Amino acid sequence: MPVASLALLAIVIAVLVGLAPVAAIGIGQGLVTGHIIDAYVLRILWFTLLQAGLSTVLSVALAIPVALALARVDFPGRGLLLRIFALPLALPAIVVILGIVAVYGRTGWLSQLLGHPLNIYGLSGILLAHVFFNLPLATRIILQQLDGISAESWRLAAQLDFTSTARFRLIEWPQIKGSLAGIASLIFLICAASFAVVLTLGGGPSATTLEVGIYQALRFDYDPARATVLALVQLVLCGLFVLLAGHYANAVQSWPALRRAAPRYETHSAGLSLIMRLIIALAAAFVGIPILAIVISGVLAEFNWPALAYATLTSLVIALPASLLSIALAWPIAAASARTRNPSWRSLLNLAALLTLIVPPAVLATGWFIAASRAGLAFSAAPFLVIAMNALMALPFALGTLSSSVQQAMAQHDRLCLSLGISGWRRLRLIDLPVLRRPLGLAMAMAFVLSLGDLTAITLFGSQSLMTLPALIYAQMGSYRIDAAAGTALVLAIFSMAVITLLDKWSAAA
Amino acid sequence: MIRLEAVHYSSEGFTADFDFEIAKAEFVAVIGPSGSGKSTLLSLIAGFEASRSGRILLDGKDMTQASPSERPVTMVFQDHNTFAHLDLWTNVALGISPSLKLTAAERQSVDDALARTGLGALARRKPGEVSGGERQRVAIARALLRDEPILLLDEPFAALGPALRREMLDLVKELQKEKDYTVVLVSHHPDDALYAATRTAFLSNGRILAFEPTRQLFKRSDLPELESYIG
Repeated sequence: MPVASLALLAIVIAVLVGLAPVAAIGIGQGLVTGHIIDAYVLRILWFTLLQAGLSTVLSVALAIPVALALARVDFPGRGLLLRIFALPLALPAIVVILGIVAVYGRTGWLSQLLGHPLNIYGLSGILLAHVFFNLPLATRIILQQLDGISAESWRLAAQLDFTSTARFRLIEWPQIKGSLAGIASLIFLICAASFAVVLTLGGGPSATTLEVGIYQALRFDYDPARATVLALVQLVLCGLFVLLAGHYANAVQSWPALRRAAPRYETHSAGLSLIMRLIIALAAAFVGIPILAIVISGVLAEFNWPALAYATLTSLVIALPASLLSIALAWPIAAASARTRNPSWRSLLNLAALLTLIVPPAVLATGWFIAASRAGLAFSAAPFLVIAMNALMALPFALGTLSSSVQQAMAQHDRLCLSLGISGWRRLRLIDLPVLRRPLGLAMAMAFVLSLGDLTAITLFGSQSLMTLPALIYAQMGSYRIDAAAGTALVLAIFSMAVITLLDKWSAAA
Repeated sequence: MIRLEAVHYSSEGFTADFDFEIAKAEFVAVIGPSGSGKSTLLSLIAGFEASRSGRILLDGKDMTQASPSERPVTMVFQDHNTFAHLDLWTNVALGISPSLKLTAAERQSVDDALARTGLGALARRKPGEVSGGERQRVAIARALLRDEPILLLDEPFAALGPALRREMLDLVKELQKEKDYTVVLVSHHPDDALYAATRTAFLSNGRILAFEPTRQLFKRSDLPELESYIG
């Protein structure tokens, strides 16, 4: 309990330090000048809502047929395809974006195929990238819902001779209908707070979102007041949607069963079967080709080894403490929340974990940046700010992975440990660590990979001397050295996947 | 009539072999420990599982290769016999047509089936708003409506208390007598078999070790598996 209080206190202080200057400047300026919301802010807000709304509608609308087809058709490679569907969100965003550019960009595969250059910068590029990230996510969540249909329902359908339409109308649609609002809110939240996609594919002031607007106000215009106003708007927007979608946040990291859950005793007409296979093939191509492009353009790329080695080292030095810090915060909170009987204390603990989803990273960063600048520490504190920011950003996911396992372990061992007098350090070493090794490893891998791929904190606080792999990719893209960026992206992708695989193996070995 | 001829089943290391006949209008119970193959047996008859070899005859016709909907069978499951978002009336009406386009006569027969199973007053309730016993009555009402000659019951009353279980068995027995259904009841409770079934099969490890009049079966003392099952 005292450890949890400390963790909670640390989070609250971190958030307050971030929010206080933002609120003070925002309210002060707003009251003095009387125009918090000017045309520029309104335009950015409109674009944020527009791109997030369109991305959400497209992702969900396309995911429904894909999920239905995947649930209905069994084919060799189905498990592999589902694994590939997990990659867009498992790989660092900047790596995925590079893959999209390699396929759809000005000199990309599709442009070469068509014979004239495509322009993916602006709204269309942002939508393309967001659908690329969120179509597989929505598909996986809907597929999970479909997997949850009881075996008896399918037997009943077989016995009552349901047609394909009846199966959809009576079984599948009612099952997925309830989750669509949550899925849409989650995707809207992800797209509204999306940073890397808009930063790299956005086309200037006409295609900027709140999250990127904050960054531009701070780093280019040095206009804390404007950043503050944008941050406040973003805070309200995200807070609203976290309330709607917070419940689904963990779905981002969960995997559907790779095998089909229950036999469905159905035969499809040749036409329907063909259409469903076509849908699956299209989805596989849409998701698979850019990922293939990452590998191919990465292998053909030029590697700037000194810069790469330095950036890899920097990434490691940031991600390792960030993931440890994230676990150090998440574990006591999960334990306290599992142990407490006081409902208000429990909801306070859960809220603390969601806080970093409600308060977007750019908002926190704005506050920290202002606070650090005032203290004259903007430069020297930068690495620590990046580490702390990454730890907080990973917290909801780390907690989501840990909480159910911790709860289960508590229920199983708490009384026994109490009666045998095993407590403190001894209990940690003897009971909790061995039992929780797998979820801890998983949570740590998740936090590590999130930190490894982070572009938000590093672009806000980074500099020439503080350059991680994603920052290096972004810099190389910015100076049109796409070949070099592709090489760096491949290194980052391999690094991320290696960490996930190794930690997964290690924690499974227990 | 149900006849299984040298039916061999195997899946993931579990094998089962069946060879028996159940006469028309007979009420048979199947008992045995968990994992002995009781549900597999019903699934083979209903067509949810395929046998490796052998023949399955239902009402005199070879149904070994037939799909579940082609077989003259209604199966009632332990759980999930209803669609939670549809009211009881609609859940029963699905027994006539999944498209739910019903003639006036068919609507009347849905009402009759609901009344017959004591659900008349609950027709517009959703499954979540009625008791577990009432939910299982929905499945029986649907079976009545489908009016298939073979009724398979896969532990449908396992979650109910003794009095309610007895009440449900009475309902099934009544319908069986009236309509001459062939009924196979899988149950965990020897009482159920004694109460309702003229013959009972005892299953262990995918084999039928005994299949005889119920009272006679429970008197046997030469089957160690049966003794350790009943305890």
